[in-house]
Amino acid sequence: MNETYSAVAGFAQTWGLLYFVVLFGIVLAYVFWPKNRKDFDDAAQIPFRED
Amino acid sequence: MSVWSKHQILEKNSFVLLIGILIVVAIGGLVEIAPLFYLKSTIEKTEGVRPYTPLELVGRNIYIREGCYLCHSQMIRPMRDELERYGHFSLAAESMYDHPFQWGSKRTGPDLARVGGKYSDDWHVEHLIDPRSVVPVSIMPGYPFLAETKLSTRGMGDHLKTNVLVGVPYTEEQIASASRDVLGQAMPDTDASDEFMERYPTAMVRDFDGNPKEVTEMDALVAYLQMLGTMVDFSIYDDKANLR
Amino acid sequence: MAQTQARLITLEEGLFAAFLVVLAFACLIVAGKTYDQVMAFHAMLGAFVAAGSVFVIFKNYFDDGGIPIPQEINGKPNYNMAPVKFGVVAAMFWGISGFTVGLIIASQLAWPALNFDLPWTNFGRLRPLHTSAVIFAFGGNVLIATSMYVVQRTCRVRMPGSVLPWFVIIGYNVFIVIAGTGYLLGATQSKEYAEPEWYADLWLTIVWVAYLLLFLGTLWKRKEPHIYVANWFYLAFIVTIAMLHLVNNATIPVTVYGTKSYIVWSGVQDAMVQWWYGHNAVGFFLTAGFLAIMYYFVPKRAERPVYSYRLSIVHFWALIFLYIWAGPHHLHYTALPQWASTLGATFSIILWMPSWGGMINGLMTLSGAWDKLRTDPVLRMMVVSVAFYGMSTFEGPLMSLRSVNSLSHYTDWTIGHVHSGALGWVGYISFGALYCLVPWLWNKKNLYSLKLVNWHFWLSTLGIVLYITSMWVSGIMQGLMWRAYDALGFLEYSFIETVEAMYPFYVIRALGGALFVLGAVIMAYNLWMTVRHGEAEEAEASAAGHLAAAE
Repeated sequence: MNETYSAVAGFAQTWGLLYFVVLFGIVLAYVFWPKNRKDFDDAAQIPFRED
Repeated sequence: MSVWSKHQILEKNSFVLLIGILIVVAIGGLVEIAPLFYLKSTIEKTEGVRPYTPLELVGRNIYIREGCYLCHSQMIRPMRDELERYGHFSLAAESMYDHPFQWGSKRTGPDLARVGGKYSDDWHVEHLIDPRSVVPVSIMPGYPFLAETKLSTRGMGDHLKTNVLVGVPYTEEQIASASRDVLGQAMPDTDASDEFMERYPTAMVRDFDGNPKEVTEMDALVAYLQMLGTMVDFSIYDDKANLR
Repeated sequence: MAQTQARLITLEEGLFAAFLVVLAFACLIVAGKTYDQVMAFHAMLGAFVAAGSVFVIFKNYFDDGGIPIPQEINGKPNYNMAPVKFGVVAAMFWGISGFTVGLIIASQLAWPALNFDLPWTNFGRLRPLHTSAVIFAFGGNVLIATSMYVVQRTCRVRMPGSVLPWFVIIGYNVFIVIAGTGYLLGATQSKEYAEPEWYADLWLTIVWVAYLLLFLGTLWKRKEPHIYVANWFYLAFIVTIAMLHLVNNATIPVTVYGTKSYIVWSGVQDAMVQWWYGHNAVGFFLTAGFLAIMYYFVPKRAERPVYSYRLSIVHFWALIFLYIWAGPHHLHYTALPQWASTLGATFSIILWMPSWGGMINGLMTLSGAWDKLRTDPVLRMMVVSVAFYGMSTFEGPLMSLRSVNSLSHYTDWTIGHVHSGALGWVGYISFGALYCLVPWLWNKKNLYSLKLVNWHFWLSTLGIVLYITSMWVSGIMQGLMWRAYDALGFLEYSFIETVEAMYPFYVIRALGGALFVLGAVIMAYNLWMTVRHGEAEEAEASAAGHLAAAE
């Protein structure tokens, strides 16, 4: 039981943490990448485009 | 075109978005669910736990059909008040043959994990027919129709066979005689009950609903309730073996 | 696609017709061979609907002389809004039914004589009917209808197919009927929020795949380079629900001629799978799907773009990659290993951030337009809905903590929490969306009466407040009574004494529910009058009918 716990905790605190930090980093990079700004501003207007 | 502008693929290509979502949501489930199939504490067997008898299985199906699980849990937590009120905390092994599990999520009524043997058969029958005749302020619905509905034993072997497919160890003999055993358990002192006892030596044989004329849904449900939580003998149970 | 001459029956129509013919025959065979009355009823129903649908497909083909539907009219997309209208009406119908059944079961807890001691009317069978009717019938129709609307408008293109959209919306409602009548007749898997038996699950799987293809197909055809963020949320909702549904409902029927099946998973594993499903049904059905509604309808109604589009993307990814882990917090102190429930609780706490990020994004969309809250009760409803979202996503992580959960679990506190999310968040954002959609879809200038919307708003808000406060008090009180000890060290209360103490709170709760039902009835009347007597929209509405209201 104890070995299972420490194995799981060890995994969560290393690879698990890395997984989430990397994912979060990718999302943040994508969101704040200067070139994407125009696209986002454009996308935000989509609901108001009428035809 | 810079490498980073390729990120727009996510936004512009619905297929990539789809795969991205799938990967992200699949990982959480995998990490949490997969270990439960090999961790010792979740798959260990405990002395005494056996598959349900056909009558108990039918009773369990009635319990499911009437939605009893919506108001009664079957999962005692290891806290002082629960141990005193309901008995030993529930073990993983005690629900190992449960397809599906019946732990419940709400206690509008009390926990039933160890209700077996706490009340007499008569009490259960009275209580199920008219709860307020024995517990005046109870808010439980009455189930008088159970006592009036003759039990159908049709296809009982198929029910056991299906359980074998999902991992419950019924024997060939138990499957072949399933329909007979349903009645045997509720008809003491008959050939059928003698045979039943050979196949399920630790089960109880009684006329559960107090109506010897026929075997009803009430027999099945009471047989199930009276069995709940009685399989493991906690006077000899080694509680270090299943620490969690 | 602009050809106008008569066509042969399309591949789509042919395939659907063939599939439905096979289905009708399969149902007839099952109906003939089964000894299970519920199965016989459902198989007959299936055969009837399938055969009727084949008839309608061919009738339509002959009626329109085989002329294909134009994709555009005068250079404007010829949106397919009829299935959306169907969904809106169905949502309103199921909503009132589901709320009413909720009121009935709430009353049964206060006055048990209302169970009538019959199989079909007892609490245990009506409760799944209530939860499924409000979540899947009301919520599901709102989600499918709004998603069809939003994805077409934000892609500026007509949905693909002529039969496909109808197959999705009608097929889904057939699933609802089969599930609901099944509960009353005693067919249930007993997995909370996944009670329908194997054949209903199978049917839903087929409908859901069709829904995914319909949604993706619209995205693939789009004229807009970007996929608007609301569609991200809809897509995550559709895909994740498909995954959850398949795993949680893995089951083996005893016979194909009977309703009963046995779940593949057992005991602990089944509990984990169930609450992984159960909590993510909240996360992806009741949250992601309705956040999509928020991201389209709030900006649209407030006439300003979402506060931060960047935040909405962070919100999206953070929400889906965190939510999926939170399920095990439903199983604290059970036979589930502690590491799993602790992991679930940890992620529930982290979820605070994306949830509140989303809430702030929704609320701040109104910055500079707060005055609209005074004049527009529909917008007010949506904003209060987002506030309820913030409140219940604050309460949820709190309740997932081991120590709090030890008190709250198994009590009415959980029921109160669920309803602050369900009535406040899901209910109000849906009402807001329906109030917006009906005038848009039926080409009306405005709602029949904003005054009635006001009445609806205040009545149901009072109802919600009564509901959740009474459940807080009764839940915490019961939790404390269970663990109370007297001076001699014995348990102070028997279980039945704690039940007796619930009575006044169950009455207050039923009263709150009654107010909520009353509000919904007023809403239905208002929408009906809008469709029947509302002032027609002049604007340059296209033949396809609909126009954005607020511009």
